[in-house]
Amino acid sequence: MNKPIDLKNVAEDQDLIKKFLKETTLFLGPDPEIIRDHRIMPRTDYEEKCVQEHSDLNQIASIRDRLQAACEEGFEMVEQMGAAPGAKWGDIITGIYSASGDLTIGSAGGVLIFSALVHHPIKFIIKNWIDEKTVGVNEGDGFIHNDSRYGNVHNTDQSMILPVFHEGKLVCWVASTVHEGENGAIEPGGMPSMAETPFDEGLKMSPFKVVENYEIKRDLLTFLQNSVREPKLQYEDMKVKLFACMRLEKRIKEVLAMEGPDALTACLRYTNDSVVEEVRRRIAEWPDMTVRTHVIMDSTLRENVLIKVNLAVTKTGNRLIFDFSGSSPEITNRAINTQLPGLKGMVAQSFMNHVWPDLPRGQAGFSPIEVITPNASIVDCSYAAPNSQSLMAIFTAFTVAQHATAKFLYSVPEKHTRVLAPWFNMIGTFIWGGVNQHGETLGNLCADLNGMGGGARMDRDGEHALAPIFATMADIGEQEMNEEEVPFLQLVSKKMTTNTQAPGKFRGGMGYSMIVATKDSDQWGFMTTTVGSKAPPIQGLFGGYACGSYPLSKVTDVDVYDVMMTEPERFKHSIPEIMNEQPFENANYSTHHMGMGFDLAKRGELYMISQGSGGGYGDPLERDPYMVIQDIEESLITPDWAKKLYHVVFNEETLKVDEEATEAERKKVREKRKAQGLPYADFVKKYVKDQPPENIPFYGSWNGDNDMVYAGSNDDKRDAKDPGPIYMINPKDVKIAELEEELTTVRNVAGLSAKDTRT
Amino acid sequence: MKVLMTEYLRIDLESENWECRVCDHTIGSARGNYKEGMLVYNRDPADIHPSIIDPEKYRFTFCPDKDWVHIYEFYCPSCGTQVEVEYTFPGHVPLHDMEVDLDTLKKQWSQRDELTEPTTGPNVLVDRGHRHH
Repeated sequence: MNKPIDLKNVAEDQDLIKKFLKETTLFLGPDPEIIRDHRIMPRTDYEEKCVQEHSDLNQIASIRDRLQAACEEGFEMVEQMGAAPGAKWGDIITGIYSASGDLTIGSAGGVLIFSALVHHPIKFIIKNWIDEKTVGVNEGDGFIHNDSRYGNVHNTDQSMILPVFHEGKLVCWVASTVHEGENGAIEPGGMPSMAETPFDEGLKMSPFKVVENYEIKRDLLTFLQNSVREPKLQYEDMKVKLFACMRLEKRIKEVLAMEGPDALTACLRYTNDSVVEEVRRRIAEWPDMTVRTHVIMDSTLRENVLIKVNLAVTKTGNRLIFDFSGSSPEITNRAINTQLPGLKGMVAQSFMNHVWPDLPRGQAGFSPIEVITPNASIVDCSYAAPNSQSLMAIFTAFTVAQHATAKFLYSVPEKHTRVLAPWFNMIGTFIWGGVNQHGETLGNLCADLNGMGGGARMDRDGEHALAPIFATMADIGEQEMNEEEVPFLQLVSKKMTTNTQAPGKFRGGMGYSMIVATKDSDQWGFMTTTVGSKAPPIQGLFGGYACGSYPLSKVTDVDVYDVMMTEPERFKHSIPEIMNEQPFENANYSTHHMGMGFDLAKRGELYMISQGSGGGYGDPLERDPYMVIQDIEESLITPDWAKKLYHVVFNEETLKVDEEATEAERKKVREKRKAQGLPYADFVKKYVKDQPPENIPFYGSWNGDNDMVYAGSNDDKRDAKDPGPIYMINPKDVKIAELEEELTTVRNVAGLSAKDTRT
Repeated sequence: MKVLMTEYLRIDLESENWECRVCDHTIGSARGNYKEGMLVYNRDPADIHPSIIDPEKYRFTFCPDKDWVHIYEFYCPSCGTQVEVEYTFPGHVPLHDMEVDLDTLKKQWSQRDELTEPTTGPNVLVDRGHRHH
């Protein structure tokens, strides 16, 4: 007969095994248990006690207001004192986290994506460093972090994290996060497109202690400064974030002195739980259905390919599930993949920005929402894949989330914002770096990335160059101020790019052009990092169109500063004029996709780009003719474009609308549509193919079969659950191979023997 | 009762059909894909997003490449209203974008009053600040 199992011994054995494993772990790598969980932590016994004992909502609201004010104060400090351009423009957040590490109250402005993913490194610290005798967590400690595999968006963002104690007991955490830019990667500015492995991405700071007794440890600081191109900025912003956190700590201690730690804990816990409850209530108001959408990524930033970001959102009862199955597998040596928290943060942000902006900025708002992602995909990559340009994957993921959400919201009686078409989603800006006019080494970017065209709304047009999708309250900066520190001028800036509108009953908000040229340095260059030069990266809504595509234009072999001195009339102030008229003799004019790797720029050579337009809403034939005329008056569109897109009849000299003729013209167009449109089944038969286009590398599922994904060729179809690595060839090697083939052909034609190309 | 689902589509809960909000045309079963009752047109991107720099001279012109993206337009077969537009991969099947659980929708709206116009959400009013009258 078997002996009964002694459960006490089993538990002891298990504890012993756990202790052994913990003590003998050779590497505390990224922790999936932490990183894959976006939910708020379960109530602890202490939190339960506090909530029971402090149920006065007035007291909770009073504490919350003071904490919110403290977060805003910290935000202001960082924005006013921070050295990084990102800090100055509001690409920051300051927040207060529960003792378990949940972000409960965040600053209202700034980058909301941080609200959903800066908690991971705190949970790593709690799990690994509190009981670690060589580290520990004490009053006055500060931890730094930037590695996106441990939380956060990408490695340009650095956090400073401080524990807050009351009478020796940890009561909560405070943290400040800034888009710092430079991080020592293979290209300046912190977001290298050229990264082919995580080791090309610069600093990889898992959370570690860099502050003791409220002082930055100088030895570690010096090491960090030596690892980046902007050592002074590294120091200054570490100090700024530290002091912002210390101010938050001070404000929390004022609350503790007045209300006690139990009331503070009750406030934090109640806030999180009540937001979760409210989100579930709001979801239940939506119609039960599945909405499907996808967008096209047309580039890896190194080469043009077709990449699918796919989404099906299903709502049943009070559950809302975002399923990204069918999206492209990860590209193993390209930087456009994202870690899972970045994806979730971006989807969370679409809610905070555009669906429920009235809810507190914190982690709880997204906590009850479920996310399904394919393993080793572009939206949930492995730790071995680079992700320094994860913005490409998460911005397009934002768009599909926003597009799908709008289709749920339209019928809901209780709305908290307008239904709107997708926002423009790419950072149309210049990343720059080199040695400036003062001899200092810099690497960062123009704040124009914060001007993305707003999506059209259900009752009005989108706003121009309004705000980035990752922050509702960020600035585009003062270019003249920047020019004191950087050796280039924006020769054309803030000028809307005519005829690049996303049409609709309500049109999308448009973007502006930027024309830059280096002036006072021979060691300076630019990068651009967006997709969408061949295919729009957004969708329109309910009959409205998406934006067009946006290339990079260059003029080389010219010094426009010399031209301006001698023949100023030759300089033109728009991209079409310069490119079409080619006003500079002997110059070289060219266009490119927007994935320009770091390019050294000679004095006076032009780099020209445009921000994009948000999506249009509704049938363009329903657009008020007088709004069309207003767009002409504001040079947003030209008369011929207005006639072609909106079918408005007007006098080109006086811009007087002929309403009757317009109505008749639009009626004709509707009849034409009925004549040219095919019944659905006939259309499918004529246009739908069983496979992706043959001559363009395609990545992702096809025609709804999400079990299999294509990996760049119709002959390379893989199991979506385990797609395996995908390595792309360096575009320069591709070019060399093409040229060698051409050379071989030429030699054959010339009757010369083949040359051995092996080296 | 009818539920307004999009700018141009509604569902009649009694007849269980998708309908056009512009001309009242019955499009098809609300248990199915409304797109199957639409006319569809494969629009050349250059019609909507014309080049603003010379396509004879340059490879990238602000006009999307028709080999890389197709624009599907969905029209009401009765009134010609453009109900939806889909930017998609060339040759991809149109997406079944709104698959409604009709029985749950009926139950949900049995507790609500019918809306003939959609709600828009709160207006954001500009704060003009402190004033003396």
